[in-house]
Amino acid sequence: MNYLEELEQDIRFTEGLKACLQCGVCSAICPAAEFYNYDPRIIVITVQEKNNQRIEDLLKSEAIWYCGQCMSCKTRCPRGNTPGFIIQALRTLSQKHGFFTQSEKGRQQYAIKKTVGENILNKGYCIHPDLMEAEAHPEQGPIWDWIVKNKEAVYDKFNGNLDKEGAGTLRKIHKKNLDELAQIFEITGTGDFYNIIEQESKKQAEAMNIQFDASKKNDYFTHVYTYNSNTHSDDSHNENNY
Amino acid sequence: MYILIIAIHILMILIMKTITKKQSWNSYQKEIANDNLYYARSCIRQNFFPASEHMFLHILQKELGKNVFDDPNHTTCTGIGYHADVVLFDTIQTVIARHFALMTEAGLEHMAISCVTSFGLYTEVLHTWEHYPEQLEKIRDFLYKATKKEFNLPKSIAHTSDVIYSLRDEIAQKAQHTLINKHTGKPLRAVEHIGCHYAKMFPSKGVGGAEFPQVLAGMIESWGGEVVDYPERRHCCGFGFRNYLVQANRGYSMSNSKKKFESMEVYKPDFILTNCPGCSMFMDKWQYTIAEIDGKTYDSYGKGIPVLTYEELTGLVLGYNPWDLGLQMHQVQSESLLDKMGISYDPHLKYTDKHGNQLPKPVSPLHLTQT
Repeated sequence: MNYLEELEQDIRFTEGLKACLQCGVCSAICPAAEFYNYDPRIIVITVQEKNNQRIEDLLKSEAIWYCGQCMSCKTRCPRGNTPGFIIQALRTLSQKHGFFTQSEKGRQQYAIKKTVGENILNKGYCIHPDLMEAEAHPEQGPIWDWIVKNKEAVYDKFNGNLDKEGAGTLRKIHKKNLDELAQIFEITGTGDFYNIIEQESKKQAEAMNIQFDASKKNDYFTHVYTYNSNTHSDDSHNENNY
Repeated sequence: MYILIIAIHILMILIMKTITKKQSWNSYQKEIANDNLYYARSCIRQNFFPASEHMFLHILQKELGKNVFDDPNHTTCTGIGYHADVVLFDTIQTVIARHFALMTEAGLEHMAISCVTSFGLYTEVLHTWEHYPEQLEKIRDFLYKATKKEFNLPKSIAHTSDVIYSLRDEIAQKAQHTLINKHTGKPLRAVEHIGCHYAKMFPSKGVGGAEFPQVLAGMIESWGGEVVDYPERRHCCGFGFRNYLVQANRGYSMSNSKKKFESMEVYKPDFILTNCPGCSMFMDKWQYTIAEIDGKTYDSYGKGIPVLTYEELTGLVLGYNPWDLGLQMHQVQSESLLDKMGISYDPHLKYTDKHGNQLPKPVSPLHLTQT
């Protein structure tokens, strides 16, 4: 398996990697580098070295999952590189090969697929009041709890059209439009991509001996959604010096 | 003579710097269509700031007589899923192509996009197709196979704040309230937050670029306020996609917002004005969370710094009732700002339905004063 060749099939990778001079400006500006043991400069030099084993190690690492994709690095790089684009390509490849389950942060892709990923196809929205439970979002405060408990009256007050036919805020997305989204997902590969995330997560749950089923409320979901080893600001996950 | 030469030299440097800055600013002007628009809604804005989207349409259609099409067939662009790496690049390109097809079917050529994440992605997709024409053909083929739809490329795309920016002087002429502190007679002090994906990826597509963004600053200044510069003005709000979506990662998101709050606190802003719906929500909710965790607020009165969307601010300037603008959907309350602007409001109508019937009041946080 030649991972570099696979990465080079991704436009984001070729757009993101010109020739890095290792100045470190991206690391200076990076919000993730400030709070995690993360250095986008090292990610770029690793892929630039073209060492297949090092790239495989990267695909299995925690390091590729820290970036918040703010893309501040794109603005700042004096050579036109974008480490954030390289990260996007690495994350896609990590999931295609099933490597994402080998890291704590990578395993979280299952929770994202089960929430935002499925919301898109079921509702036509990335987020929706019905799918954003207050107990999973304590940071939203009592005002969100109030909104959800009084959602018909609250959205109606602001000329919303919650779950109803026609135009307007939070309207019900018609089945024909959801069907078109689903067809696009199938034809462009995200349908299969979701299946890989699901299947590899099931395997990982079995390996970790954590209950798993097709529902969102399984123990593996709860584990990957909430577990934090609190070791991401130190060197314990960075034995390869990423 | 020697002093004169030095003085002339310094003067020339200053003139050159001024010219350079002006040229830099000029290179980041863009054409903004503000009529006959296809409206692309935002997932986050619809959930958290529904009145803002309504107000944008209302102001353009009713106040200013513009044609804006609100299409029931529009869906999410999938941007949050894309930036959280569960949606593939080909997929989001095809979903955006579908939106262009809907615009084409409506006989329109210009898009106004309500979400900064979406705006960044529409921009990125158009940039990709311009530089990789074979990619555009592939996506046309995908879209046709999936939906039998075809599309024209838009003549222009704008973030909805660009549209308000382009109409700011017209709005100023209709203003019922200005950004002047009624108690002191001085301009209100605003910090603005543009949102990373507005111009950091493609600076030429944002008004003022990534370094001197003017889209919100222009509104604030046109309506009488003063823009406060502060060290972390350009720092990310901390959304970070997977760093918020997964509960275990939210420390990243809050820490980045905290960094901004600490940086702006010493400048004592009267309010925060935001461009991106996600940033609006995070800068509001992380103030609440930080207050709950350690009792800290970033104003002097335990109330927090009010966070407004630009549609909410536009509505206040035009004289709309604050409770019709949805300000009660924020966790940090905005009465302190309303008082400074001299806007009267009835506290009994804050938590009512459309017909004026009282709704149960939300629970008050422990530390964030709610009036």
